[in-house]
Amino acid sequence: MNKLKRIAPALAVIALLLAAWWFTVIQTHSVIFPTPWQVVTGTLELINDGTLWIHIGASLMRVGIGFGLAVLVAVPLGLWLGWVKGAYITLNPLFQILRPISPIAWIPIAILWFGVGNESPIFLIFISSVFPMVVQTTAGVHTIERRYLRAAENFGVSRYTLFRQVVVPATLPQIIVGMRIGLGVAWLVVVAAEMIALHSGLGYLIIDSRNAGNRYDLVIAGMIIIGLIGLMLDGVMRLLEGLKSVRWRYAH
Amino acid sequence: MRTNKIELKNIRKGFNSNKGLLQVVEDVSLTVGDGEFVAIVGPSGCGKSTLMNMIAGFTQSDSGSILIDGAPRTKPSPKGILISQHGSIFPWLTVQQNLMFGLNDHPRADKQGVADHYAAMVGLKGFENSYPHELSGGMLKRAELARAFAVKPEILYMDEPFSALDALMNLRMRNELLRILAEERHTVMLITHDVEEAIHLADRIMVLSPRPTKIQATFIVDLPHPRKLTSPEVQELRVAILHELGVDRNAD
Ligand SMILES: Nc1ncnc2c1ncn2[C@@H]1O[C@H](COP(=O)(O)OP(=O)(O)O)[C@@H](O)[C@H]1O
Ligand SMILES: [Mg+2]
Repeated sequence: MNKLKRIAPALAVIALLLAAWWFTVIQTHSVIFPTPWQVVTGTLELINDGTLWIHIGASLMRVGIGFGLAVLVAVPLGLWLGWVKGAYITLNPLFQILRPISPIAWIPIAILWFGVGNESPIFLIFISSVFPMVVQTTAGVHTIERRYLRAAENFGVSRYTLFRQVVVPATLPQIIVGMRIGLGVAWLVVVAAEMIALHSGLGYLIIDSRNAGNRYDLVIAGMIIIGLIGLMLDGVMRLLEGLKSVRWRYAH
Repeated sequence: MRTNKIELKNIRKGFNSNKGLLQVVEDVSLTVGDGEFVAIVGPSGCGKSTLMNMIAGFTQSDSGSILIDGAPRTKPSPKGILISQHGSIFPWLTVQQNLMFGLNDHPRADKQGVADHYAAMVGLKGFENSYPHELSGGMLKRAELARAFAVKPEILYMDEPFSALDALMNLRMRNELLRILAEERHTVMLITHDVEEAIHLADRIMVLSPRPTKIQATFIVDLPHPRKLTSPEVQELRVAILHELGVDRNAD
């Protein structure tokens, strides 16, 4: 009941928007722009012929691989940069230059290096999500409070224990923040990457629906599905923030 | 005559600031006997923590020598554990994991036994699996003491350990500390700005002058434990120390 009360205003806005959309389409007698109902029937059509699952699966697979590789590279790299001052001084300027380059700008190079198969979007996802995760992880190491490092030094533990019991767990909340940002960016990029020369994925669905007969009902259906899946992915990442070993960061 | 556990000879320390060199520790020589409890009191900002950090091995002095058991001190070691005002219990580890932290060379089952023994000793039985953010300030201090005692340090360095606690908890922790020290004797150096705390706990009290600091006076506290803080001897000593600190009793 309480929960219902909380989401009621948001639902009301969405309902209002749908009504305005519907009303406008009917008033302007548009033949191209669909009504909400046409989007629903379009979606059902995609579900029934099975293509929707294929596109969603293809997009998620690319994000899974690209983002997974990025995590595997970014976390150790970020920890190293955060811990070894010389590495930070040497490599951080390079990352600061690479980071603001939009993943879209990498598209020609991706095609040149990886062709027009699955590797290109995976590369673009990797490139776009690896930098925010490196930056967050490094910042996480840099913000470990001195008193904890001093305590660890005082107890004279091995390097392994220092990393496993102090540096990594102290940085974990920031690593998770980085992963949330990284996955968000990855999901943005996969759609753009799939609009180029691919034959599956939600990005392809959108561009193909437009090109093959102005099926704007399917374009909008694709957009809404992208939004909903993005929301779910973020929800999964937020579950990580509830882990017992990182909750200290959010207590008080 | 007791052997010297800690020996400082002509210790000097300054910091470079934008206004030139800030001399903090002028010329401090002192000895602490094995098993002795020495308190150092001084006005705030006089250089107490600076001195303590040098003795514990976290920073180097500009000149002079620091000997522990007759050997020059080079870096921090579990032989002397530092407990400071803000505490350094790792928030990402449970109480038990914290207490096990310094016990590298024990087998795992052994570690748990030691940790649980010291948790019980400081009254944290039943909280072994709690995270620090679930504990009160007083319980955190107990955990910190237990973690230090668990590695059987020969020396405890305490830098205003109880000053963040309220008056009642402060008093309780002092009694707790005395009780544990009666069971397991350690050499203790306590830094405090609380004269009563020093008289309550220490065998000997040194008064530091304002910055640049040196030892201005030494008092022997020749009173048996448990000490009655309202006794005339304690009051007399208190007045004498406050006088050295330049604080009139009526103004206190
Ligand atoms: N790392 C440092 N760099 C510069 N100045 C410092 C540093 N550490 C302490 N000081 C200065 O030395 C003086 C004594 O500090 P501290 O030893 O912390 O005092 P206390 O513990 O007696 O309150 C202060 O004026 C402080 O600003
Ligand atoms: Mg201090």
